[in-house]
Amino acid sequence: MNKKVLLIEDEPNIIEAISFILSRDGWDVKTHANGHDAMDAVRDRAADLIILDVMLPGRSGFDILKDIRADGALSDTPVLMLTARGQDKDREMAARVGANRFMTKPFSNADVLEAVRSMVAT
Amino acid sequence: MASLNVLVLVCLIYVIFLFAVAFAADRAALHGRGAWLRSPIVYTLSLSIYCTAWTFYGAVGFAARSGLEYVTIYLGPTLVMIGWWWTLRKMVRIGRSQRITSIADLISSRYGKSNSLAVFVTVLAVIGTTPYIALQLQSVTLSFSIFAETDMISGGPSSQQSTAFWVASGLAVFTILFGTRNLDANERHHGVVMAIALEAVVKLFALLAVGVFVVWGLSGGVAETLAQIDASPISQFEVTNSRWIGLTMLSAAAFICLPRMFQVMVVENEDEGHLRTASWAFPAYLMAMSLFVVPIAAVGLERLPADANPDLFVLTLPLQEGRDGLAILSFLGGFSSATSMVIVAAIALSTMVSNHIVMPIWLWMSGESAMVSGDVRSVALLARRLSIAGIVFLGYLYFRVSGGGAALAAIGLISFVGVAQFLPSLMGGLFWRGANRVGAIAGLVVGAMVWMYSLFLPSFGDTVFLPQQVIENGLFGLSWLRPQALFGAEGLDPIVHAVMWSLLLNTFVFFVVSLLSFPRPIERLQGAQFVNVFQHSGTAGSWSGGLAQSEDLLIMSQRIMGASEAQALFAGAARHQGIAGLLPEPTPDFLQQLERELSGSVGAATAHAMISQIVGGATVSVEDLMAVADETAQIMEYSSRLEAKTEEQARTARQLREANEKLTQLSVQKDAFLSQISHELRTPMTSIRAFSEIMRDTEGLTEDEQNKYSSIIHDEAVRLTRLLDDLLDLSVLENAQVVLNWQTGNLSEVLDRAISAAGVNEPGFKVDRIRAKEQLELRSDLDRLAQVFINVISNARKYCDASDPVLRIRSKQSGGNLIVDFIDNGSGIPTDKQALIFEKFSRIGETKAGGAGLGLAICREVMARLSGTITYLPGQNGAAFRVTIPIDVEAAKAAE
Repeated sequence: MNKKVLLIEDEPNIIEAISFILSRDGWDVKTHANGHDAMDAVRDRAADLIILDVMLPGRSGFDILKDIRADGALSDTPVLMLTARGQDKDREMAARVGANRFMTKPFSNADVLEAVRSMVAT
Repeated sequence: MASLNVLVLVCLIYVIFLFAVAFAADRAALHGRGAWLRSPIVYTLSLSIYCTAWTFYGAVGFAARSGLEYVTIYLGPTLVMIGWWWTLRKMVRIGRSQRITSIADLISSRYGKSNSLAVFVTVLAVIGTTPYIALQLQSVTLSFSIFAETDMISGGPSSQQSTAFWVASGLAVFTILFGTRNLDANERHHGVVMAIALEAVVKLFALLAVGVFVVWGLSGGVAETLAQIDASPISQFEVTNSRWIGLTMLSAAAFICLPRMFQVMVVENEDEGHLRTASWAFPAYLMAMSLFVVPIAAVGLERLPADANPDLFVLTLPLQEGRDGLAILSFLGGFSSATSMVIVAAIALSTMVSNHIVMPIWLWMSGESAMVSGDVRSVALLARRLSIAGIVFLGYLYFRVSGGGAALAAIGLISFVGVAQFLPSLMGGLFWRGANRVGAIAGLVVGAMVWMYSLFLPSFGDTVFLPQQVIENGLFGLSWLRPQALFGAEGLDPIVHAVMWSLLLNTFVFFVVSLLSFPRPIERLQGAQFVNVFQHSGTAGSWSGGLAQSEDLLIMSQRIMGASEAQALFAGAARHQGIAGLLPEPTPDFLQQLERELSGSVGAATAHAMISQIVGGATVSVEDLMAVADETAQIMEYSSRLEAKTEEQARTARQLREANEKLTQLSVQKDAFLSQISHELRTPMTSIRAFSEIMRDTEGLTEDEQNKYSSIIHDEAVRLTRLLDDLLDLSVLENAQVVLNWQTGNLSEVLDRAISAAGVNEPGFKVDRIRAKEQLELRSDLDRLAQVFINVISNARKYCDASDPVLRIRSKQSGGNLIVDFIDNGSGIPTDKQALIFEKFSRIGETKAGGAGLGLAICREVMARLSGTITYLPGQNGAAFRVTIPIDVEAAKAAE
């Protein structure tokens, strides 16, 4: 059975690009486009991996990650964080709230694939 | 013989001429021209509405019946102008500093802004003035009928009635047209004042012309005339001392208290200095008016048949001698006296009725707060217009009902006694700090009742209102309650009797009740301000403004004063407080200033009530009480110096706090700036990189997929370019390196261009414009201006969250600037964000509607280069931007 990945990102073109790459690699990709009710989506999907953008409308990716880590059932889910700001401050922040990997946009498709594969043991 | 038709024609031409003069004066004042409109001579001439048709025609009749007694009517005002000049100046000063709109407003404002008092004064004024208006209508119809008689047309009562009706309607129309242009009753009605000043000249000229004709044309010289006077019964009349003194006092009191006199003397006053000129010029005018009264009366008695009405000698003498031209001139004089009185009286009374009766009722009926209820401005104007029509109609009705008989002729003095009842409260309010509201009401009620009982009701004839028995034997058969011999004061002239008792009792009750009762704090404050107006014009009376929302106040003020006036007031206050933007803090000072401005439109009591609805009630602070209790000059001076210092410190602190806040915000933003640019550049790059890799590495993409992905790459590349363009544009603008291209063009065309470029010509988004008002020429960089408009319009399209979005675009000229407002019907921008939206990358919230948050920052820079501004306009129920552009940018640059 395919592994499930939940992509939380608000830029439609980036959603489309990542969905395309991961689907071709055999992942079951679900997407969600805002921060307000991202936690509901996280609970509903019960994904094996979450890709989370930092700057989301309504709620920051850091806050969502904190909630994930605080939630008993979800706290072990691996999370890959994406950011377009690319400052060291963001990287430290991501590490502190518990991101497993951190990538700066723009990324190469191969790097993304490598990252998600390594994060979910198949 | 002068035909009636000629007379009607002359009348019509004269009226059209008056309209033209009033219109021209209004126009001149509107365009800031016509300094002569504000000259002391015009002011003095406008005071002459004191001389109504009753004095124009009636003075001669008065003289023919009772000799020199008519002089008292002129003597009273002369004494007031010369001897009480200081009092008048005080009244004018108070009127200006408190923005008083009428005598009712003055009295109510002095006694703690009490509306009940205002209502009482208004009602009494209406009762006292209505017969007087009827009297003017009667004089016009009578003089018409004189011409009709000589014209051999049977001027039956029906045609008299219709004359009166047409005259009344014409006057109402004139008054509504020129008297209710502005809502702010405190502003001068230049057109009306000019017209009545002109009428003052006409009536003086007419009377002098008739006088000259009588003395040199009929009698044959001064000596002969004097001989004739000696021979006539006039020289034998003896005026009793009591009547002489009583009438002089009465006319002096009426001169101060008549609502129409208050209107021209205080409300329409432009400059306190004008009183100085009027103090000699007005008595001179009165002298000239009275100069030929006795000769005309004497010659009339001799030459005209014994049954001729002496009230009309001024008219019948020239007619009898076949001088039609002179008769028509004289008729115009009388006509002028009548019309000017009715016009000013109607304006004065309508202001009182609408401010103190209609508006409070309407506000109470609408039952909501002043902020959310409908357009107060139009309601107030409508109320004023209806009141004018109503008052003139009431006068007409009185004329109809009373039948225009001799009873009406006597009503002049009776009205005087009625309004003279204001005198104790008025003078007490100006000079005696101890006077209070309860005392004023008690005095007024007692005075008005005595007047009604002893003079007004009996004047209708023995049996109309008071039964014969009451007049002869007193109320309840008590002989000391006989209306014309109260407390056994028999043998007095009825007028003198009524003046004496009503004013004596009024003053006594006012004084005693004031002493016995306790004033409210606000009365003490107002009292201190009125009595000591020359020491501190405009201090004390404080609001606790902490809770007030400036924006709510602005919304309310816009309804009453009009949007641009209210905004200018608020912006001025904000500047004064050292705050950037358009909303001042609701400091006690500002609230007090606002209240005063509003009271110019709706009266003190209503303005006070409206502000307290929003602010939640005025408090009397310790400082205020100290100001009231300022018995020594030292304390005053010390505290005021302290106050000035505290205020200055508060202002500096506020400025510092604001500067600090802004710096902090800027530094946060500067930090955010790099990461923002990074974000804005990296996001499109991510898509470009990802899709170009997909297209490079993926085998077997369909043609559709290929097309789609390459167009995404293309779109994102365009987005990047646009962002870089914006950044470069902004940096060029910020460093003032931009090359501008001055062109001359039409605002409407620039807007057309911007609207089509912003792509809002789509269904579902409505742009509401008034093209006729956009036809304004300007010289500027029109492409840059269009860029600003495009930005603002497309922001409205993107962010307006109304279900039926509408963008209103309103343009107007203001001084050397064009002002274009863009107002949408969305939820607007929260107050705390309004200062930030013009900063770079400051999108409100994280709504990614495609922009990088540079648009408004660029707009601000562009407008600065064009010597204009773009600001957020608070309080418009939606997002609103105001763009101000100089009409000629080169002239504006030169001025900088």
